[in-house]
Amino acid sequence: MPKPNKMPDTSKKSMDWKIFTRLMKYILARYKYHVFLVAAGIFVGVLANVQGTLFMQTLIDVYILPMIGAEHPDFGPLAGAILRVGVFYGIGAACAWMYSRVMVRVTQGTLRDLRDDLFTHMESLPIRYFDTHSHGDIMSVYTNDIDTLRQMISQSMPQIFASVITIASVLVSMLILNVPLTVLTLLMVGGMMFATKTFAGRSGRYFIAQQKEIGKVNGYIEEMMEGQKVVKVFCHEKESMEQFRKLNQELYVSANEANKSANMLGPINAQLGNVSYVLCAIAGGVLALGGVGGFTLGGLASFLTFNRSFNMPVSQVSQQLNSVVMAMAGAKRVFAMMDEQPEADEGYVTLVNARRENGGLKESEGRTGLWAWKHHHQAEGTTDYVELAGDVVLDGVDFGYQPEKIVLHDVKMYANAGQKIAFVGSTGAGKTTITNLINRFYDIQDGKIRYDGINVNKIKKADLRRSLGIVLQDTHLFTDTVMENIRYGKLDASDEEVLAAAKLANADGFIRRLPEGYQTMLTGDGANLSQGQRQLLAIARAAIADPPVLILDEATSSIDTRTERLVQDGMDKLMKGRTTFVIAHRLSTVRNSDCIMVLEQGRVIERGTHEELLRQQGKYYQLCMGKAPGLGSAG
Amino acid sequence: MLKAILGQVKEFKRDSLLTPVFMILEVIMEMVIPLLMAAIIDNGVNKGDMGYIYKVGLVMLAAALLGLAAGMLGAKYAANASAGLARNLREAMFENIQGFSFANIDKFSTAGLVTRLTTDVTNIQNAYQMILRMCVRAPFSMIIAMVMAFTINGKLASIYLIAVIGLGACLLLIMSKATRYFQQIFPKYDDMNASVQENVSAIRVVKAYVREDYENERFTKASGNIFRMFSKAENILTWNAPLMQITVYGCILAISWMGAKMIVLDALTTGELMSLLAYCMNILMSLMMLSMIFVMVTMSMASAERISEVLGEASSLANPENPVMEVRDGSIAFEHVDFAYAGGSEELVLKDINLEIHAGETVGIIGGTGSAKSSLVSLVSRLYDVSAGAVSVGGIDVREYDMETLRNQVSVVLQKNMLFSGTILENLRWGDKEASYEECVRACRMACADEFIEQFPEKYNTYIEQGGSNVSGGQKQRLCIARALLKKPKILILDDSTSAVDTATDSRIRKAFATEIPDTTKLIIAQRISSVQDADRIIVMDNGRVADFGTHEELLARSGIYRDVYESQTGGGDFDEEKGGGE
Repeated sequence: MPKPNKMPDTSKKSMDWKIFTRLMKYILARYKYHVFLVAAGIFVGVLANVQGTLFMQTLIDVYILPMIGAEHPDFGPLAGAILRVGVFYGIGAACAWMYSRVMVRVTQGTLRDLRDDLFTHMESLPIRYFDTHSHGDIMSVYTNDIDTLRQMISQSMPQIFASVITIASVLVSMLILNVPLTVLTLLMVGGMMFATKTFAGRSGRYFIAQQKEIGKVNGYIEEMMEGQKVVKVFCHEKESMEQFRKLNQELYVSANEANKSANMLGPINAQLGNVSYVLCAIAGGVLALGGVGGFTLGGLASFLTFNRSFNMPVSQVSQQLNSVVMAMAGAKRVFAMMDEQPEADEGYVTLVNARRENGGLKESEGRTGLWAWKHHHQAEGTTDYVELAGDVVLDGVDFGYQPEKIVLHDVKMYANAGQKIAFVGSTGAGKTTITNLINRFYDIQDGKIRYDGINVNKIKKADLRRSLGIVLQDTHLFTDTVMENIRYGKLDASDEEVLAAAKLANADGFIRRLPEGYQTMLTGDGANLSQGQRQLLAIARAAIADPPVLILDEATSSIDTRTERLVQDGMDKLMKGRTTFVIAHRLSTVRNSDCIMVLEQGRVIERGTHEELLRQQGKYYQLCMGKAPGLGSAG
Repeated sequence: MLKAILGQVKEFKRDSLLTPVFMILEVIMEMVIPLLMAAIIDNGVNKGDMGYIYKVGLVMLAAALLGLAAGMLGAKYAANASAGLARNLREAMFENIQGFSFANIDKFSTAGLVTRLTTDVTNIQNAYQMILRMCVRAPFSMIIAMVMAFTINGKLASIYLIAVIGLGACLLLIMSKATRYFQQIFPKYDDMNASVQENVSAIRVVKAYVREDYENERFTKASGNIFRMFSKAENILTWNAPLMQITVYGCILAISWMGAKMIVLDALTTGELMSLLAYCMNILMSLMMLSMIFVMVTMSMASAERISEVLGEASSLANPENPVMEVRDGSIAFEHVDFAYAGGSEELVLKDINLEIHAGETVGIIGGTGSAKSSLVSLVSRLYDVSAGAVSVGGIDVREYDMETLRNQVSVVLQKNMLFSGTILENLRWGDKEASYEECVRACRMACADEFIEQFPEKYNTYIEQGGSNVSGGQKQRLCIARALLKKPKILILDDSTSAVDTATDSRIRKAFATEIPDTTKLIIAQRISSVQDADRIIVMDNGRVADFGTHEELLARSGIYRDVYESQTGGGDFDEEKGGGE
């Protein structure tokens, strides 16, 4: 198998603008109007707020002071102003409600779309992808990486946008009031940004270190939990604890450092803001008292208020930066997975149900037990039907999981329709690899594979695979009832069909003894069943599909030989007249095959029936005789 | 539940207590600074008193520095306390898991335990940090601001009191409603991720059956569901912001209006009015903060529950009070043993088992799929406790032994075996930490593992990848046998441990056992007749009962099942020289 690849490196700490714009485009493509509404809502909300701030400044000077000492104070203007501001505030609140509601839709919608796209795309990826990436890594794209995006889209983005608008409007007001003081304020903002860069950078580095340590701890826990029973029988608890303690301590250190720096950013920026205030007050005082440029004390008072409302959003933005940086790392991994090349399929020959009519084949709607390849010739505009017979030919096939490491050399194989073909040989000899090629989980480097005379590359992958029932070496069951797990082979199967398939696979007996029979829920890949029972279910699942061609890859390795014989009888009956490929290392599984292929180091070294091969006295003979000293007395 | 979690704060109690102290100091500075700011404007700027500006400016700088120090120390202690709690939680869980019996292990799935040790702990860590930093700070800030407001003007301040109560009630309503939704969502969310996981590991099945579209449809449905549920919950939360704004703005306008009247009547100064308005933000922001903490805490409750489940899981097997510390010999006896796995249906897996096995005997065990062969042997090293009857080793009930003593003398090679990442030597020394290189080699010779180890370029220092993925199935099994041999046990149990080893090697291993460790009792479960036929006696298991027990010849003569198995394998062994891996 190819070496596992790592997911893209996320340790780059600076913002990746390409990823950022791509994410924005992704969101805008789906929620253009929503985003526009949110932006408008934020904009109006900020303006309404600024109105309120302005009112507060004028409240005393314009409305209250004139009334002091007046004989008959006129509250009319004040009432009017309050009413007016109240309306503004009302609009602001309504906008806030509106845009947060729309934002929920944008956030959750984007996350849903990302998940769906990711999943759909993942399903289209070639087997190679799954063989070369750690499953834990793939999973963390769905969980950790998407989660970082949630935080960013729903909170950081609107807040940053609102802050930017606030900053811009306040900046304009400040510039109007006094330029030198504005420069001073901006200098202080520069200081804040510097602090942000230092601390956010520091915490970012540690956050990334923390993710790495978490990965390590995660891997260790997984290994130990998986092997917990071995730990128990070897009384190895203390040692495994010791190692864990070490890793756990490292994680603690980086988590601590990361959070420390992140936490400090808030108070630092807040206090820098205060310092900025004091400096402006002093400098402004000097300016106002000196009467420089007509700057008045009233102006200074206003300026100081602006100074406050300027520093707040700046420090808010800085606090959001970490989450944005982390989200970009997440988005990068999400997009990297979406950019993986899907399985290519240039096939155009399809599989159809057929019936015989006037000596020819006709396409048929319902299942007839007869299948045909529908071969459309583009050039002549004609359509042929070729009966699916299960005739598989490999001719001069070379293959390697990595191009430079060829594992199959010049493999020739002829499986005539209706034959039972067995592959034997040491594991690593390339038996499973051959089946991976027939169903095109992998594509060959050289040579040809023909299926009923058609190059498999011309057959649509889905139809090719539909014609091949496979029971794999590793059984995988899904979290669902036993009934549904068997039905997976044929989605529209009736309960009776499921029962029949289970009986055929000799699984009916144990299923009935389960607490809830066919309705028993299987969880964790059928963890509550024995290995042999899981294999029986996998066989039932293949049997219900009633496939034209069947591949059994060590499908009965954990089933005792008595039960195996019963299963085999059932499968032989089902596959009568159809082609079956069997891979096994048990003699009893393969001896009644029509042809046995002996593989060694990627080459077919012998072929023939059991008797023929014994007569040849070659490798097969050695395998049977030489290595089984007990065989003589056993048989 | 919370007690179990908080019990793990331990050495970080000091930091946990210091955090809120510094937070309070920071809040005080936060309250003082606006007062100083107002003073600068009122007495300095407005009066044109530069000296005052300098003086108060300096005080304010000092206050800012003090606030900075408090803030930074608070940040530091909060980070340390929460990261420390997380570390302790992980450690406590891991330690407890190490004490789990097989029955406990069966109860939790590997993936479930990994989530609890990672994601759930991170959730708690974040919530704890938030609580430390905000839980004292927010109410304290609110109370101070409230007190200040009341000292300025009780009548106007009572507006705040009303607002706080009103807003608080609304927030509580919103939060409790949202929390209910969130609690429904999280299990569904976990389910969705679990199904992705399943799809990833079973991708060959999905593709072989051309079920991509079917799976896509199922996933889209699940993710659509999550989308609707999350939207519903978060839509409730969207009421927070406008509600908050309306309250704040309402307060500001009401105070402005009433304040103006009071000022005109000379019952209030303009400076006082400005201060009152400044406190408004403080009070209501604190309230908002509290409601956020409320959400965060309830969201992490599910995590806390899952963690305390692991912490609270007591091992179902306990050492006896006065344990027997020595195993006399390798004789085994089963007396009327019934056994059922806990948690499943109460159906007995083993029924009325009676066996007498002598020390040094080699006993084969054979039987159909699901006939409870593995369950039978797992009782010998007390991996599970019997439901009725008794199992004894060396003439003493296994429940009277010190568990470690028993397991060191009863060495089991499990059916589902594992090697760990590390060198071959390191893996072998699981059997005996002090084993010398020569001892390891000797064990490997017995297990016929020496021959392939010597072929590796780095021999005994070859690094084994996680799960032993770089050695073949047959090689793995032989390494596991060698590892078990290093314990020098009185009883050796092989649970289908040579299934991937070819028959010739298998027989050589058995021969080595016979000559090298003749005094060790050997129990060998196998599918192959050839693996057991030269055993002293053979147990035939059928559906949880001992169907027969005798020598190969006796069984051939009288046991129908045995004959059946035998005949199904006539002429049959295995083909593999060795089960190579990596295909």
